[in-house]
Amino acid sequence: MNWLLEPLTYEFMQRGLAASVVVGMLCAVMGTYVVLRGMAFLGDAMAHAILPGVAIAYILKDDLLIGAGAAAIAIALTIGFFTKDGAVKEDTAIGILFAAALSLGVALISTMQTYAVDLSHILFGNVLGVSVGDLWLIGGLSFAILLMVVILYKPFLVISFDPVLAATLRLPAEFLRNLMLVLLALTVVVSVQTVGVSLAAAMLVTPAATAYLLTRRLAPMMIVSALIGALSSVIGLYISYYFNIVSGSAIVLTATLFFLLGFIWKRLRKA
Amino acid sequence: MSHIPHRLEVKNISIGYGDKTILRDLSFQIPHGSRVAVVGPNGAGKSTLFKALVGLLPLQGGQIFIHGEPLGSHQDCVAYVPQREEVDWRFPVTVEDVVMMGRFSQIGWLKRASSYDKQRVQTSLSQMGIADLAQRSIGQLSGGQQQRAFLARALAQEPHILLMDEPFTGVDVTTQEMTLQLLEHLQEHEVTAIVSTHDLNLASSRFDYVLLLNHRLIAFGKPQDVFAKENLAQAFGNSLLVMENGVMLVDECCPPESEAK
Repeated sequence: MNWLLEPLTYEFMQRGLAASVVVGMLCAVMGTYVVLRGMAFLGDAMAHAILPGVAIAYILKDDLLIGAGAAAIAIALTIGFFTKDGAVKEDTAIGILFAAALSLGVALISTMQTYAVDLSHILFGNVLGVSVGDLWLIGGLSFAILLMVVILYKPFLVISFDPVLAATLRLPAEFLRNLMLVLLALTVVVSVQTVGVSLAAAMLVTPAATAYLLTRRLAPMMIVSALIGALSSVIGLYISYYFNIVSGSAIVLTATLFFLLGFIWKRLRKA
Repeated sequence: MSHIPHRLEVKNISIGYGDKTILRDLSFQIPHGSRVAVVGPNGAGKSTLFKALVGLLPLQGGQIFIHGEPLGSHQDCVAYVPQREEVDWRFPVTVEDVVMMGRFSQIGWLKRASSYDKQRVQTSLSQMGIADLAQRSIGQLSGGQQQRAFLARALAQEPHILLMDEPFTGVDVTTQEMTLQLLEHLQEHEVTAIVSTHDLNLASSRFDYVLLLNHRLIAFGKPQDVFAKENLAQAFGNSLLVMENGVMLVDECCPPESEAK
């Protein structure tokens, strides 16, 4: 048992564990909609698009979450600007801005002296650097996002499954779709600290895709996805501690392992 | 709302996508509780009309009244059974979940389903003969069973007007017969059913009214009046064949243009 408890004697490990479990669950729940609505590309793009904001915050020694949040809003508005009146198709606009933002972010980071370490922290997360303030911010935002997902369960279900029914039931579908994008952007922002910019997209897709293989209804899919997200975070963090691996990578690799197990289980059951 | 006549009134509507108009200057009145077949060649604008009636497509002109009030002032009196392609069949929902969605606006978006809602769902499932499939994933069902699940949902919605887009295309005989029985049942409950179909013989034998479309209203009335030679010629041109025994066949192999989605 000692090997389980030993890492927790460090306060930074306690904070890191709490943050990654919360973020793991949040990403996994929002991820169900990402998987079901085919928004994986958008989630990936959003995660990379906030890199410049994170880099500037990093250089200014400011809070990463504030930089990420500002960048997310800027990128969402820019996508809206380019796609207005169908001037540019949405996935094209996302593709252009995604690459541009990633390049700008790397360019900014490359001006730093401690380039390699900093880039790795931003891209893959630095869960052990979570401060008490960060933890409150992550916890508060995650709670708010999850609360919205619970309250809006039925409207989100209908607009995702059957947009025509949404129209006959007079749901404000356009507003709900935009709200879902905002919640997705906030989720990506929250996950920057723990799994980093480039792995946030994986935490959005992988646990939810695993849960999709194991369940037949939306609510159980969300719960199973959240469990896989949380479990991947805990196991990943221990692996990171004992094998001295970057935490974000360890968490995502654990989640991927769960996916492979789920996939094999599904195949065996069918056979 | 029961004291107001259940009537659908369409006044000079034009519908289309962007600058393109698919249906021009349509006017008709459907009395409550009638069964109406919407007939016309491929791309005539049948699905477009349905999308406008549920409020999915904005009108380019004209007005739609239900119970004498403009479209949109009622919460949920129109139910729509979509064409198969319009639904994501891989979505993780059971048959029961799908039918329960029909109750959502009565339940309220924040409340839990009451025992009455659950009972409505069960009755609708039994009525369509799929009560034993309630816990199955919607994607596991056959095409006909899936359609019956959506009919059950429409029933659970307790609508005043039910729209069905091509319910007789590509389904088994049981489903076709159950759909026709449902139409009779709905008529007893004074629910108006508007159904698009390619089957002209079904339209003339099992419906009270026929709405013949080809980018405009060609004829609306009792089947025997609408299916006059000159009307049919206007709608279908050379692709229609009337046999000596009165059976009508439409050559669908080469549609003039496909309907814009």
